[in-house]
Amino acid sequence: MFDLKELYQEIIVDHNRAPRNFREMEDADLKAEGFNPLCGDKLVVYLKLDKDVIADVSFQGEGCAISVASASLMTDQLKGRTEQEAEKIFETFHELVTDRDSEIDLEKVGKLGALAGVREFPARVKCATLCWHTLNSALDDQDKNTHATISTE
Amino acid sequence: MSGVTNLVPSDVVDKWRKDFPILRQKINGKDLVYLDNAATTQKPNTVIDTISRYYTEINSNIHRGVHTLSQLATDEYELTREKVRQFINAKSLSEVVFTRGTTEAINLVVNAWGGAELKPGDEVIISEMEHHSNIVPWQMICEKTGAILNVIPMNDDGDLLIDEYKKLVNEKTKMVAVVHVSNALGTVNPIEEIIEIAHAHNAKVLIDGAQAVAHLAVDVQKLDCDFYVFSGHKLYGPTGIGMLYGKESVLEKMPPYQGGGDMIRMVTFEKTEYNDLPYKFEAGTPNIADTIALSAAIDYVLAIGFDAIHAHETALLDYATESLKVIPGFRVIGTAKEKASVLSFMIKGIHPHDLGTILDTEGIATRTGHHCAMPVMTHFNVPATARASFALYNTKAEIDVLKAGLLKTMEVMGV
Repeated sequence: MFDLKELYQEIIVDHNRAPRNFREMEDADLKAEGFNPLCGDKLVVYLKLDKDVIADVSFQGEGCAISVASASLMTDQLKGRTEQEAEKIFETFHELVTDRDSEIDLEKVGKLGALAGVREFPARVKCATLCWHTLNSALDDQDKNTHATISTE
Repeated sequence: MSGVTNLVPSDVVDKWRKDFPILRQKINGKDLVYLDNAATTQKPNTVIDTISRYYTEINSNIHRGVHTLSQLATDEYELTREKVRQFINAKSLSEVVFTRGTTEAINLVVNAWGGAELKPGDEVIISEMEHHSNIVPWQMICEKTGAILNVIPMNDDGDLLIDEYKKLVNEKTKMVAVVHVSNALGTVNPIEEIIEIAHAHNAKVLIDGAQAVAHLAVDVQKLDCDFYVFSGHKLYGPTGIGMLYGKESVLEKMPPYQGGGDMIRMVTFEKTEYNDLPYKFEAGTPNIADTIALSAAIDYVLAIGFDAIHAHETALLDYATESLKVIPGFRVIGTAKEKASVLSFMIKGIHPHDLGTILDTEGIATRTGHHCAMPVMTHFNVPATARASFALYNTKAEIDVLKAGLLKTMEVMGV
């Protein structure tokens, strides 16, 4: 069990130093770009879909430890999930990092719970959520066929 | 860096510190170590008390009433103008225009002077190390007038390339707008030389002194610049008050910036006659309380004196640069020959934002980000830097706390 007030959990430091699924995906079905110009955080999320199931997901880019670890943890959580499940996880995650009073159900949030400390640092919420908004944008693009760069600033 | 002469004894600095009540704060349970002075400085008691005294004793509108309070407020407001005039050694009171800050002062010049003077094909020169506030307004007016914006490049130390500047300036150059001291790098630019070269081509010169006035004495007559701008809040004064200096002959020819009360002599629906300088550029009720408090800030700085301030801050910058460079992966961004009070840096493997957040948990306030100078970040190929910037109340002990904070950050981040 970790101290929820601690922002830089061991798991975050670990995912920052050795991000999982950190690669370009040449045969991706979908990709989207996320950029927070004020921070300089920049990432691309790649997706491979099998009908509505996320068969593979990866990312590349640069940013602070919070944004890199969040993207790494996100890709870890999403493989094999349906789009609808991914949406649900984002909702739960968003509440986890923004609502200081919400209860944290570690069973529900799993490893993403390591980012709960972000709720104590409002200035860093945009770092933790950039990858998720980028993922959303990639999934939306398939419906709308648009290609915008997403930002959480 | 210029040589340090007389070191300021630490008991003197401790006395200065006592003048700043905020420095007694605890942040996250730790003593506040305030190293974000390039963003804004803290305020001494005399400034805080002046604002309180103004609202308690003399608050009223200026230049309007015949009643006693209005006269008192007007007198103090105009006394501040005289204080600022002396502070920068302007020739006359007509040359001191109060603004909201540096940004508004630049926008005033850009719109009133630039709007009237710039024609298609004219050229404006700025530098690669400008703050966004001395880039964007010029871009906007160039787009509007068809003038061309050129940029003096810098080298990897953060020194402007004066030879390149000499190639850029020509008979089409109408304005050279350059920062005195860089907020992102600490570079003190050779503005005397820059002004001389511009004037040889009949170009006007605006100097952005936002980062300079708290650290070095400015003499606008000696500099011979056409415009000089600064903000009160980086000079131990309040936010929301700044100043535009302009040569009288130049200001005379400029149309007003904003219309309204106080900037007129006579109004009919057919025609309006504008007020004399400097009131022509001060439309509406100004920021009276903070203007008067700026007086207290200037008094405070002058009582200590720039010799002592310079000696102390140079010693701090040298000490910080020396003691932090032993940290593995520590890299200074900005190693110009002449620097003032700013230490921008990176630590390998740690993003500046993570640094800033962890330092904050230790009570240490630093700036992290692009410092409103994105082109500087692009030059050094970094997304952001961390910045420690010093003021007269900082101490070597605080730099030791910063160093310990950086080492702790490295431990937390596994670097």
